[in-house]
Amino acid sequence: MARTLITVPKTVRRGETVELRTLIAHPMETGYRAGADGRVLPRDILRRFECRLDGELVFEAELFPAVAANPFLSFSLRADASGTLSFRWQGDNGFEQTETAALVVT
Amino acid sequence: MKRAMKPALLAALSAAAAWLVVAAAAAPRSGVESMSPELQAMQRDDARNPGLLWVRDGEAAWSRTEGRAQRSCASCHGEAARSMRGAAARYPAFDAERGGAIDLAERINRCRAQGQGAAALARESDALLALEAFVAHQSRGLPIAPAADARLAGAVERGRALFVRRIGQLDLSCAQCHDARAGQRLGGSVIPEGHPNGYPIYRLEWQSLGSLQRRLRNCMSGVRAEPYAFGAEELIELELYLKQRAAGLAIETPAVRP
Amino acid sequence: MTTKPGSTRRAALAAGAGLVALLARPRAFAADDPLRAAVLAFTGGTAPAEGRVHLELPPLVENGNTVPLVVSAEGAVRTIAVFNERNPQRDVAVFRFGPRSGGARVETRIRLATSQRLVAVAQDGDGMWWQAGVDVIVTLAACIE
Repeated sequence: MARTLITVPKTVRRGETVELRTLIAHPMETGYRAGADGRVLPRDILRRFECRLDGELVFEAELFPAVAANPFLSFSLRADASGTLSFRWQGDNGFEQTETAALVVT
Repeated sequence: MKRAMKPALLAALSAAAAWLVVAAAAAPRSGVESMSPELQAMQRDDARNPGLLWVRDGEAAWSRTEGRAQRSCASCHGEAARSMRGAAARYPAFDAERGGAIDLAERINRCRAQGQGAAALARESDALLALEAFVAHQSRGLPIAPAADARLAGAVERGRALFVRRIGQLDLSCAQCHDARAGQRLGGSVIPEGHPNGYPIYRLEWQSLGSLQRRLRNCMSGVRAEPYAFGAEELIELELYLKQRAAGLAIETPAVRP
Repeated sequence: MTTKPGSTRRAALAAGAGLVALLARPRAFAADDPLRAAVLAFTGGTAPAEGRVHLELPPLVENGNTVPLVVSAEGAVRTIAVFNERNPQRDVAVFRFGPRSGGARVETRIRLATSQRLVAVAQDGDGMWWQAGVDVIVTLAACIE
């Protein structure tokens, strides 16, 4: 389980557009870099990210080696109703992690 | 009377003189001020700072029971926000058992051995960096405040001597860049004053969190000198001097630096 | 082969008109631009028009390992892709905005191997393709491992 840092505003007014920010610990090894022994380190990156609110898509991203280590993604959500936000990362070597957070809309 | 001054007295006077020179210099400037607005935002926004991933790991480790004693840091120290506030601001500190200065990383390992019966964590390991970052983070915003400990005067002076000594194939001293040319440019980058106020830092070059010792070793590689080994006496002495030199500067742990 | 009267002139006019049209269309890329193939592969052959999408990057970067990037677009944009010119691979990322999105705006951090051009490509609700480009200078940190 990689460490994640997810920032969701504590309370949101109905209809407001808010920024969601996510950080995840991951080396995003490009597959182009040589190790200390001179041999190329195999690629190990996160390839997909998606954020859903009660299952409906908010935002998704296809990531490539050009995305920096410990990937940061900030994107916007239109908050119409309270619900459960899910954040899912998938990547090489079977990487799969989902985190959830509550969205409180007043 | 032609009695020669005792070496100890001479050393103490030199240390005092060095102290006065350091104290008389202009207020120290943090490296954060030389960074682009985007990188400053990366450090200052807790939703954006990648170093906080390690701080979070350290927070989890703080409450985890470990070692033969099956105790956590919290077992003795309680809530870190209260008990560790100000701790990083006065390290390296004198340790009676060691008979000399130890840095925060060594302090953590000694606590693990004595309080938890747990094995020492390797220097530069994610586990140790996480704990160090978490502890130092509790002092974020507080000024660096090295204790005026007479027992450390010799070590501080040795650190200052290391700082002004020319080394490496490029035959440069720390002072030549970071005192005499701070604010000027080396390549595309502004030369910082080189203060240890944000460690452990998330260095973009490392794409990861790292210690002051790692950064000092990078400096030595930069002038083509053989870097001191992790945990070397010289690196502790340098840190002691650097903390004196940076006294008053606010701690930024975890800082972001290029 | 017999040709219809005037067809040769018509062909010549058509060829000339085509040439003028080619020259008059907004020039997205120079002929040998390494980004061109990647962008056109993404759009399915259509050269995007300039506009609608915005790419923000610092003009001077101290370390290419972590470069803050903001990409945004006006209107009902469903997809934005970002491409680079000089990394080992052209793709940077592809972003898609779902029904719950508050707008097409993403902030992330990318890697740049050297000074180069970045291009963002967006498709709007009508299927039109748009693009914007930015040049970035990448320097190296001093005193590395």
